[in-house]
Amino acid sequence: MKILMKGNEAIAEAAIRAGCEAYFGYPITPQTEVLEYMSRRMPELGRAFVQAESELGAINMVYGAACTGARVMTTTSSPGYSLMQEGISYIAMSFVPCVIVNIMRGGPGLGNIQPAQGDYFQMTKGGGHGDYHLIVLAPSTVQETVDLIIEAFDLADKYRQPVAVIADGMIGQIMEPVEFPEMKEPERPERPWALTGAKDRPKNVITSLYLGAQNLERENIRLQKIIQEIKANEVRYAEYMMEGAEYVVVAYGTAGRIVQTAVKQARAEGIPVGLFRPISMFPFPYKELDEATRAARRILVVELSAGQMIEDVRLATCCRVPISFYGKMGGVVPLPDDILNEIRAMAKE
Amino acid sequence: MSEEVELVFGRPESLADVVTHYCPGCIHGIVHRLVAEVIDELGLRKRAVGIAPVGCSVLAYNYFEFDFAEAAHGRAPAMATGMKRVRPDLIVFTYQGDGDLASIGTNELIHAAARGENITIVFINNAVYGMTGGQMAPTTLPGMVTTSSPYGRDVKTQGYPVRVCELVSQLDGAAYVVRRTAYKPAEIRKLRRALKTAFQVQMAGLGFSLVEVVSNCPTNWGMSPKESLRFIEERMIPYYPLGDYKVVDGVKDLK
Repeated sequence: MKILMKGNEAIAEAAIRAGCEAYFGYPITPQTEVLEYMSRRMPELGRAFVQAESELGAINMVYGAACTGARVMTTTSSPGYSLMQEGISYIAMSFVPCVIVNIMRGGPGLGNIQPAQGDYFQMTKGGGHGDYHLIVLAPSTVQETVDLIIEAFDLADKYRQPVAVIADGMIGQIMEPVEFPEMKEPERPERPWALTGAKDRPKNVITSLYLGAQNLERENIRLQKIIQEIKANEVRYAEYMMEGAEYVVVAYGTAGRIVQTAVKQARAEGIPVGLFRPISMFPFPYKELDEATRAARRILVVELSAGQMIEDVRLATCCRVPISFYGKMGGVVPLPDDILNEIRAMAKE
Repeated sequence: MSEEVELVFGRPESLADVVTHYCPGCIHGIVHRLVAEVIDELGLRKRAVGIAPVGCSVLAYNYFEFDFAEAAHGRAPAMATGMKRVRPDLIVFTYQGDGDLASIGTNELIHAAARGENITIVFINNAVYGMTGGQMAPTTLPGMVTTSSPYGRDVKTQGYPVRVCELVSQLDGAAYVVRRTAYKPAEIRKLRRALKTAFQVQMAGLGFSLVEVVSNCPTNWGMSPKESLRFIEERMIPYYPLGDYKVVDGVKDLK
């Protein structure tokens, strides 16, 4: 049965359904409803909830809880995500799973609370110190957000790595009909690495400190192997009206859904255009985008930023196809007509 | 007459049989041993989780025989919060120095205490950043020379030391906050009793417990171990008075 729900609340409920045992967060618009929802629901279910003193506190609470093998989540918005980078770097190198949601807002600095996609670089290229990448999933509807949150917990467990879900203020605040899976009771499958007390085993240690260069290199290689596996197995993307498309628009998240409307209108005008929407921003669908644009005459990249994902589109296509860019910054959200005009212009060239 | 021999003194099961990296004369070794003894005595080894800081005791996880995590600089109380909230059956403690706890980690410390988190903190105060080579710490005494206060700590420009027990004991969430030292056997015995009480406070669910240990740093103080112990007695203790700063009802009933 579908129910009408706000994006942020749907994120919270999805995490609960996925068996999230602990949530730690800090108020920041436009994600605060996740925190509020969790403050009510988690105690109801006998699960852990703490409103942390800061995003630094929140991510380190996540780190601690994740060390015990529990399913755990935090949510934040852009400036808060910047603060969390320290902890995320530690979590990645400590090989413990968790889910982090960033409901992106306008930046840099304090920016504003409007929808934006300016965090693409810090989300997909590492963000914190050292060599690491998170799996980064970007939904474009509330239903897709629910599905990806649940998937994020499974991926985190599978790879013993933090997994990020990025949406923006639009998806966080919009209300849409959603369907949830059955409630999953928190379970603690055998996690031999977890800190649960050294009962019938030698002690476990979770650390990201390796003083010897060879030892740190060994752990880096171990991490990079996981990242290679992720690249090989976890690419996700969606295509819309891509059949016979001579013009391809690449966009994700909220930008993707606006482009979808524009593409539909352009097709009605007879312009052979399609949408390629990456869902895993890391691993980016390089090969898939390259193949999807083999017959394309031009590519248009649309982002709610000054142009960040466009760098990956260039890498995917090796600039084989001319690429143009349409971006809005500061929380300005384009209308489908704005995109339609861009598509028309592209088709004329 | 029985020929059975009773072992009356040995290495605690919770203390790893390894050589530590600590400098000669450093009190860390004594405090490690006391923590291990107390964990053993209370039968907590199989459900204890320690959290090491960034600083001289960054490798503490190598020296104990129970589960351990390594925190980012200053964040151990937040990490401990996450662990304890999701696994209340674990006995969670952090082991932190003054730079870690009283400078970069004050926010995490204050709020863990304010929330009354049911965790234990062992706080080693030796008035310098030891691991990085003896820089001024938040707890460096006025006038004290360090590598980053070469003219002596000038309180006009470098501020005053932070007294952690006095600060934390003001918070309603704190249940047991005491300051001890370890420069002579009688004080070591008092410290051991305080550590035991702190873990018992956690076992009884009474809330946040913190034991500050006024400690030494012969290497960075530029003293012999013996001189450093005298410095604790003559200079450190007057600024950091020993005593019980917060003991809530219920602690006295702990056996």
